[in-house]
Amino acid sequence: MIDLTNTVAAADSDGYGFFTDVTLCIGCKACEVACKQWNELPADGYRLSGESYDNTGALSGTSWRHVAFVEQMDRETPADSRWMMMSDVCKHCTNAGCLEACPTGAIIRNEFNNVYVQPDVCNGCGYCVPSCPFGVIAIQPKYGTAAKCTLCYDRQKDGLEPACAKSCPTDSITFGKVSELKDRARDRVEQLQAQGKNVQLYGLDENMGAVGDLNAFFLLPDRPEVFGLPSKPVLPSTFQPAAYTSGAVAFVALAAVAWRLFAGRA
Amino acid sequence: MDLEKSDLIVIQGSNFAENHPVGFRFVTRAQARGAKVIHIDPRFTRTSALADTYVPIRSGSDIAFTGGIINYVLQNEAYFKEYVLHYTNASFIVDENFADTEDLDGVFSGFDAESGKYDTKTWRYEYEDGLQGEDAAWQSRSKTEDAPAEGGSTTKGTRKAKRDMTLQHPRCAINLLKKHFARYTPEMVESICGSPKEKFLEVCQAFVENSGREKTAVYCYAMGWAQHTVGVQNIRAAATLQALLGNTGRPGGGIMALRGHASIQGSTDIATLYDLLPGYIKMPSIERGETDFAAWKKNWTQTCGWWSNWPKYAVSLLKAWYGDAARADNDWAFDYLPKNTGDHSHQPLFFTMKDGGIEGLTLFGQNPAVGGQNAGLQRAAMERLDYLVVRDLFETESAAFWKREGADPTKIKTEVFFLPCAGVAEKAGTFTNTMRLVQFHEKAVQPPDDARSETQYCYELGKRMKALYANSTDPKDRPIIDMTWDYESDDEQERKLGEPDVEKIMREINGFDIASGAHVKNFTELKDDGSTAAGAWIYSGYFPSPDQNLTRRRKGDDWVSPEWAWAWPLNRRNLYNRASADPDGKPWSERKALIWWDEAAAKWTGHDVPDFPVGKSPTFKAKEGATGMDGHDGDAPFIMQEYGVAEIFGVQGTVDGPFPTHYEPKESPVVNALYPRTQTNPVLKEWRRRDNPYHAIGDPKYPYIVSTYRLTEHHLSGAMTRWLPWLAELQPELFVEISPELAVERGIRNGDWATVTTARGEIELKALVTGRIAPLRLGKGRFVHQIGIPMHWGSQGVVVGDSPNVLPPLVADPNVSIHEGKAFTANIRPGRRSAAHEGPMNQDVPQSERTPLGAPQRGGKIGQAGAVESVFEQILSAQSVTAASTKVHDLAAYSSDIDGRDRTVNAIEDAHQFRDAAQMADDENATQNTRATPSRETQA
Repeated sequence: MIDLTNTVAAADSDGYGFFTDVTLCIGCKACEVACKQWNELPADGYRLSGESYDNTGALSGTSWRHVAFVEQMDRETPADSRWMMMSDVCKHCTNAGCLEACPTGAIIRNEFNNVYVQPDVCNGCGYCVPSCPFGVIAIQPKYGTAAKCTLCYDRQKDGLEPACAKSCPTDSITFGKVSELKDRARDRVEQLQAQGKNVQLYGLDENMGAVGDLNAFFLLPDRPEVFGLPSKPVLPSTFQPAAYTSGAVAFVALAAVAWRLFAGRA
Repeated sequence: MDLEKSDLIVIQGSNFAENHPVGFRFVTRAQARGAKVIHIDPRFTRTSALADTYVPIRSGSDIAFTGGIINYVLQNEAYFKEYVLHYTNASFIVDENFADTEDLDGVFSGFDAESGKYDTKTWRYEYEDGLQGEDAAWQSRSKTEDAPAEGGSTTKGTRKAKRDMTLQHPRCAINLLKKHFARYTPEMVESICGSPKEKFLEVCQAFVENSGREKTAVYCYAMGWAQHTVGVQNIRAAATLQALLGNTGRPGGGIMALRGHASIQGSTDIATLYDLLPGYIKMPSIERGETDFAAWKKNWTQTCGWWSNWPKYAVSLLKAWYGDAARADNDWAFDYLPKNTGDHSHQPLFFTMKDGGIEGLTLFGQNPAVGGQNAGLQRAAMERLDYLVVRDLFETESAAFWKREGADPTKIKTEVFFLPCAGVAEKAGTFTNTMRLVQFHEKAVQPPDDARSETQYCYELGKRMKALYANSTDPKDRPIIDMTWDYESDDEQERKLGEPDVEKIMREINGFDIASGAHVKNFTELKDDGSTAAGAWIYSGYFPSPDQNLTRRRKGDDWVSPEWAWAWPLNRRNLYNRASADPDGKPWSERKALIWWDEAAAKWTGHDVPDFPVGKSPTFKAKEGATGMDGHDGDAPFIMQEYGVAEIFGVQGTVDGPFPTHYEPKESPVVNALYPRTQTNPVLKEWRRRDNPYHAIGDPKYPYIVSTYRLTEHHLSGAMTRWLPWLAELQPELFVEISPELAVERGIRNGDWATVTTARGEIELKALVTGRIAPLRLGKGRFVHQIGIPMHWGSQGVVVGDSPNVLPPLVADPNVSIHEGKAFTANIRPGRRSAAHEGPMNQDVPQSERTPLGAPQRGGKIGQAGAVESVFEQILSAQSVTAASTKVHDLAAYSSDIDGRDRTVNAIEDAHQFRDAAQMADDENATQNTRATPSRETQA
């Protein structure tokens, strides 16, 4: 019998992923459209949010790329005004919360070292949803199963880059081997810092804590929180030792109380 | 792309990142190389977000801004002296009868107030032959704008113009230019444009620092410059600056005209404009007396420069269209061509239609019910047609005008034919886009059902018409009978669909030798003896042999990419690139080398195809009386011009002045600070009718400036994009962008309904309150508010909304008849609109207000305000009104509180207070009462 739930060895030790350079994003949303078209995802509704140019709001079971708009207009010093756009996506974490929480083994790490949800295995329990520290994975209403970016698994199988990276006009989103992308990201940081710009990388160099490096990482012109990204993401397992310890302590305490209450009655 | 080589990219009148996102990759690449990017715009857009510097500007004041830079460059002697001296007409001495706007309070010499037109005969040089104004040859060549552009030609070669290479003569073009712009100081720029002085100076300094031998700067523009009553002069201002700085014809320099629709460049090249034939050959005009080929030829054949070849291109065009029927003895079938009798552009056309003068209309890729200015009028005009044919992907608003809100289908006689068309992937053909790049695309899939390409429709229509007229003996039917029409596909499947072979059409456009049938490789092979045919000479060489369609090529490199598709003319990527080398033929610098003279090989060579006779030495001197290209020296790069130099004083071309001048838009809340007696372009075209009412200058009922624009997420009237759920969800509802200050002033909350009103109609939209728009301070104290409305919505599609183009009036630039959708006035109020949002546009106008063929009106009366003499009084009274209507805002109080949109959104309490205060102020001032009830009722 084929074991559908086992993690497949990555074709390349560090796999494939995205490098999203926020300083190059022009907020055109071509990535959102290309993603929905390729993956045949439905539109999510037609309502003006009133929140800058962002009308899709957040990543969801049917929006696997989402461009966030951060408006910081400064009337006193107009030169400090900024309007930043960031194309958000599943981070394909080294230690993925969703994968950790999945009881059915539907979520696996595939041969490209990407975190992948097998739609035919997922039973829609939803444990993965609160387990993702980035709020990425969600239940797709039509099928009742969990869904998120597949890093265009089907396109990668055919040697094609994912739809979003393909459509990005300014190469804000680039796809490739993670090790090569990391080199490129570090070069880009040097280039921007030489131009006097204050930027940082998010999701590499092992400073992400429990989730480890991200296979989809970012170059940010500000603190991660500005873009709704946690600077210290946590996993369900982060709390495990403390949870076990407190459980054990509670057991001992309850046992002691029980012993005190009931020991003399036997 | 050449942009990558720029050291400075200045974007003005364009939202580059949003409307040309693919081209913007070259901007970000230039930035990575260290180039500076400046964006000058009324709104802080996604382009501003990526720019290094953002400069706010009042919409409609661009000439003041660019003129200010020109003044800075001239006052500081920062221009590129060697370039200016040799490659421009700076040293040419101008006719002593020429008078500047500075002399005549806002108009140039030759202005006739009665007709509202210029006699351009004084806009020329002083000639060595001494003949001036009354010379009979001149009389015949230059009368008004209806005459063709004037060169210095005589039949004996170009007349030698007087030059002063020391630039000391007071009438040198550069000295006149200096005088013309002397008042465009940084302070004046600030008070006209609202751009902070220090920001303006930053732009000036950036231009100067990034121009010269070692560096180049590029000026990028799009519709934000074009859609004004001074549209052409906006661009001329930039051309003048780039000539002074020596940036034109050089890598990373020049002016980048960003084309906004797929193949819009192609449709000007292959001439969808009413006054052009393919390849920029002017349509014959009765007004210009072009009733036979000789008169036509005389008017357009330059003595010197490339246009001396005009007869070859005109004859080859007529041969391409009429084949054997075009002969020397019948004027090459010149009589077959339709003739212009006036302005037949979009706007006159729709007025004629409104007055019942047009029976039928065919719309290809156009949706005037949404895209047309004063859209209510355009919809009403379509009700007066007998038939309307619409070919589109979906049932557009134009196809459905008869069932729009407020229309009564039982009273509309128009028969509408809606034909399905093929999408871009369902047909083969070429796109000609920015940089004149012609790219072929294959058909990927067959179109569904009865959907067909535009070429199929035209081909089939032509075939049927030819069949219909085949047996006619009436001479007037000869153009159809004699028209060449051989595009039948050799592919059986395509033939079944009725689709022609697009490469056969391309062959005709490219041109061929009639005897041998061989494709021409270059337009230099075209002849005026009837032995060659070419449908558009500028495309000659793009299909040099049956197996070489160069527009299919897709090999790029990191710069010029000569093997990526094909650019007209002759795959030259950078026009006038002779200017990239110094007069001796050496590159101005190693860093900016593009083409150069190879002495050993005795030819021009380099990275690009030389835009110059390849064997013409830099030391070549034109002989006395020489014509054609031999009439130009070897250091004259601007080969299309009579004298081979860039014209900072415009002898040819424009009908509204040889220098760009700041005029206010037709509708403006302020008085022209430079020329109070000449508020607007004095020769603009307007239509003074009750179905096209204009707002008075500074009309307190309409105090805010509106710009309409596009978003990345939608295309034009939304005819394609609002039907596509994936795009519709990204920008689902029509909105209006207003500043927090204006939101407070008018009591409008973010996300709530608001109504924008003009005398033409009103629309409702959702308010998007954003700090990205700021009130502008003009000079000392006066604030103006600008509001921005994306123009994509209409009543058909997955997402629907009112059409913003209901708001603007029809008014036009005098050169090219483009409208002024980028700057008009309006009011805004909270809440939803009334039912009759198209205003009185559907009423018939009385005969007295109509003009023949919808001809524009000019001169005499201006607007509805009365005679020319009374305009000044009108302006004065407007001044007092606008001064009173200026809101007394403590802007500092806002700015300390506003660091983002959200806080202002919650400031609704403030809004009520301010509204009450405004109400009180209004009550105190009787002239202000209308502000409280801003609607058409009070206007009527």
